Amino acid sequence: MTNSFADFDKAEMFFIIGSNMTEAHPVASTFVKNAVLNGAKLVLVDPRRTALADFATTHLPLKVGTDIALLNGLMHVLITEELYDKKYVESCTVGFEELKAKVMEYPPERAAEISGVPAEQIVEVARLMAANKPAMLMYTLGITEHTCGVNNVLSCANFQMLLGNVGFECGGVNPLRGQNNVQGACDMGALPNVYPGYQKVVDDAAREKFEKAWGAELSPANGLMIPAMFEGLADGSVKGFYIFGENVANTEPDIAHVEHCLEEAEFVVCNDIFPTETTRFADVVFPAAAWSEDDGTYTNSERRVNRVRKAVEAPGEAKPNWWVFKEIAKRMGQDWEADSGQEIWDNEVSMLAPQMTGIKFERIENDGLQWPVPDLEHLGTPFLHKDGCFTCGLGNFKAVEWTPPAEVPDEEYPLVLSTGRRLYHYHTRTQTGRSGGLNDLMGEETADISLADAAKLEIANGERVKLSTRRGSVELTARVTPEVQEGMVWMAFHFREACANWLTNPVYDPVSQTAEYKACAVKLEKA
Amino acid sequence: MAESKLKLNGVEVEFSPGETILQVAERNGVDIPTLCYLKDCTPTGACRMCVVEVKGARTLVASCAMPAGEGMEVQTDTDKVRVARRLAVELLLSSGVHNCLVCEANGECKLQALAYEYGVDATRFPSPTEIYPIEDDNPLITRDFSKCILCGRCVQACNEVQVNRAIGFGYRGAEAKIVTTGDRPYDQSDCVFCGQCVQVCPTGALTEKKAKGLGRSWETQKVRTTCPYCGVGCQLWLHVKDNRIVKVTAVEEAQPNRGRLCVKGRFGYDFVNSPERLTKPLIKEDGEFREASWDEALDLVANKFLEIKEKHGPDAIAGVSCARSTNEDSYQMQKLFRAVIGTNNIDHCART
Repeated sequence: MTNSFADFDKAEMFFIIGSNMTEAHPVASTFVKNAVLNGAKLVLVDPRRTALADFATTHLPLKVGTDIALLNGLMHVLITEELYDKKYVESCTVGFEELKAKVMEYPPERAAEISGVPAEQIVEVARLMAANKPAMLMYTLGITEHTCGVNNVLSCANFQMLLGNVGFECGGVNPLRGQNNVQGACDMGALPNVYPGYQKVVDDAAREKFEKAWGAELSPANGLMIPAMFEGLADGSVKGFYIFGENVANTEPDIAHVEHCLEEAEFVVCNDIFPTETTRFADVVFPAAAWSEDDGTYTNSERRVNRVRKAVEAPGEAKPNWWVFKEIAKRMGQDWEADSGQEIWDNEVSMLAPQMTGIKFERIENDGLQWPVPDLEHLGTPFLHKDGCFTCGLGNFKAVEWTPPAEVPDEEYPLVLSTGRRLYHYHTRTQTGRSGGLNDLMGEETADISLADAAKLEIANGERVKLSTRRGSVELTARVTPEVQEGMVWMAFHFREACANWLTNPVYDPVSQTAEYKACAVKLEKA
Repeated sequence: MAESKLKLNGVEVEFSPGETILQVAERNGVDIPTLCYLKDCTPTGACRMCVVEVKGARTLVASCAMPAGEGMEVQTDTDKVRVARRLAVELLLSSGVHNCLVCEANGECKLQALAYEYGVDATRFPSPTEIYPIEDDNPLITRDFSKCILCGRCVQACNEVQVNRAIGFGYRGAEAKIVTTGDRPYDQSDCVFCGQCVQVCPTGALTEKKAKGLGRSWETQKVRTTCPYCGVGCQLWLHVKDNRIVKVTAVEEAQPNRGRLCVKGRFGYDFVNSPERLTKPLIKEDGEFREASWDEALDLVANKFLEIKEKHGPDAIAGVSCARSTNEDSYQMQKLFRAVIGTNNIDHCART
C-alpha cells in the first residue's frame, strides 16, 4: 500500500474495487466502516453485493473482468468535464496525452455496455470522486487475478493520479495483501528477478554487491516464475523442486494439471507443518516450526515490519525453516554465520536491503516500522510519494485497453465462475481446519448463485449441484443469494473436494504471471 | 480563544473543548474507575462508577459523559464519591450471580477488582432468582447472562468499533438482556465471531470457550506477536501456560489493529497443537514415507541437489518460498537458491 491502515478511519472518501474486505481483511474493514459512520463516502466496485455494500454511498456491480472499461469510462468523464486535477497532472505526471487518447475511446455509454454499470451511474461516481479529495483507493485480488491484472492495477493508478490523490495522507493506491507475509516474501527477494530490497538480478552492480556479501558467484539471468516451474516439471527441464509451506496442489489453478506436473518431478522436497495434498508428492518432507514457535518478522500490507515471537516449543523434532536451509547450504559447501532470526535480519537483511537499513530487532520490540527506513533514527514511512513526488521522478500514466477474460461464457459453459476467500477459513484450511470451532462455523463449501439463475434452473437453496468447466467438475451445495448477480457463480478454495481450483483456468497475466482465478466459464446443473 | 482550564482535585489543568472530565483526568494521571466506558465510543454513563463531584452541581456527575467546562472544580475521590461508587458496585453485584471461584474472568474481572477496592463483600440487596440460562451453543464464545452487568461495552464494541451490528439491548427493566436480532443464539445470528465483545467484557459474562479451564490470568505469560493470517498484520497477545497457547487477545493501542481482531486472529491459533503436526523428517521409499533422522534427510537432499546441478545445471532446480512464514525464512531460502544452488529459480505465491 502507498498509505497506512491508520489513514482508514480518518479518510473521507473511499474507492474500493475488487476487495471483499469484511471477509478477507476484516479488521481493516472495521476502520472503513468507522469512517463511513463518521460521514465518509464509499464507492464500492464489485460484481457481488458484498457486506460493505450496506455502507456504500454507491455500489457499482460491474460484470466480472470489466474493471478497465469502467475505470476508463470514469476517466473519460473526469477529462471531458475537466474535473481532473490539472495542476497535479501537469506538475507530477507524464503521459497524460496518451492516456487521454485511449480514455476518449471509452465514453460512459461504451463503458456501460461493457461493464453493465449504467452510464448515468458512471458519470455520477466520477463527479463524486472529483468533488471529494483526497480519496483512498483500495483493491485486492479482484483486480490482480485476471489475465489483465497488471493493466487493472495500472488503470487504478491512472485513476488516482488523474484525481491527484497519490502522495497524500488518506489517499493513494492501496492493495491489501492477502497473506500475512506476502509483502515480506517479495521484500526478501523470493522472486526470480530481484534480490532482497528489489535489487535486480540482471543489474551488474547489484549482482556484484550480493556476490561479495554471500561469497558466491551468482547467476545473471532471471529465474522462473511459478507457472513456468510447473511447465518445466512437465517437460523435464526442471528436475528438482523445493516447496516451502505452500499447498500448491490445492492453490494453483487446474489441480489435475498441477498434480500431473508434480508427479513428473524427479525429486520433490517440502518443508511443512502438516502433511498436505502437496507433501504427498514429496521425496523428502522436513517438519517445520510453526507460527508461535520461532522468532522473526512479518511485513504487512502497509510495509510495516512486525516482530513474531516464539511462545511455545515446536513439537517433536520440528525445526525452524531458516535452520533447514542453513543446514542444506552447509552440506552443499557453504557455512552461513547467522544462527537466529535476529542475526539473519540485523546482520544480513538490514545490511543488504536499502529500505531496511534503519530496521533492527531492538527498534521493533513494540510497534513495527514501515519501510523505507533509511537510517537508525528514521521513524518509518507512513505514505509513499509524498505530495506527488514519485520515487521514480514523475508519475507515469499508462494508457490501457480493456481486454475480456481468456475464457468467456458460451453455450456449453454459460456462466462465469469467480473465486475467493471466505471469513471463517484461510486458503486450504491446513490451519483454520485444525483450529477448534472454525469448521463448525463453516463446514463445507457452497456454490453461491443468483436468485435468477436458481429460478431458471429450478435449483433450491441447499440443493446439491454440479459445476463443470473445461478442466474438471465438483459437486457441492447451492447457496442461493442476492449477493451474486445473474450469470455468475462464486466459490472459494478452502475445501479439497469442492475446491474451486479443480475448475479454474490456468491462464496468466503475461507480465505478473498471476492466474485468472476470478473468471472462467462454467456450467451449473443439478447434481 | 483563551486556554480552557479547570481545577482537578485542587490542581489547575488545561483541557481542549470537547474533552470529557474523564479524559482530562486520564491525561493528567488521575485515576477514575470505570466499567462501562469504552474509549473512542459514545459514552453511556450507564454504570455510575466514574462519578465525581463538581462544585455547584446538584448531583454527582458521570465523568465519562460530562464535557469539561471552563472554571469547573472537580473532586474525584471524596467520601461522597466513594460512597456512591460503593453503592454502584453493590447494586451491580446484586444484579447477578458473581461466583468468582469458578469464573473464567477471575483475576481479570473489573467488577471483582472494584468490589475489592471499595470493600464490598456482600450486598444488602436480594439477587434475582430468574436469570437467563447460559448460552453455550456456539463453539467459541460462552455467554453467561448471570454475570452480565448490562454495561453495554459489548454492544458498543459490536456496533461502534467493529460495526458488525449483531447485538443490542433487549427487553426492559429487570429483564433487560443483551440480544441478537430476535434474541437468537450467536451462531444463528449476524454475529461473525470477531470476539470483540469478549475482549471488552469487564466481567465473566462473555468468555472464550476454548480457554475454559486451561489457566488463570496470573498463571499465563503474555507474548506479543503478529497474526499469521491476512496481510493486515494485527498485533496479538498470546496467553501461554505450560507450553500451550491458552487464548489470544488483541494488543490495545498497537498499530495497525488498535485492539481489534477478527475470528481467525482471535480463535484460529490452536492448529499448532494438532496431533497431525509433522514431528520427524520423512523420506519416501517405494512410494511410502518412513521416518528419518535430520542428518539422513538433509544429506539426501543436499546430495540430490548437487547431483542434479552436476548433471543438468543449477537451473534444473526450482523453489517456491512461503508467503506465510517469516522474512528470515524467505531470505534464507532465496539465498540457498542463489548463492548455493546457483539459480534465480525462486518464487512464491506473490500474486495471490
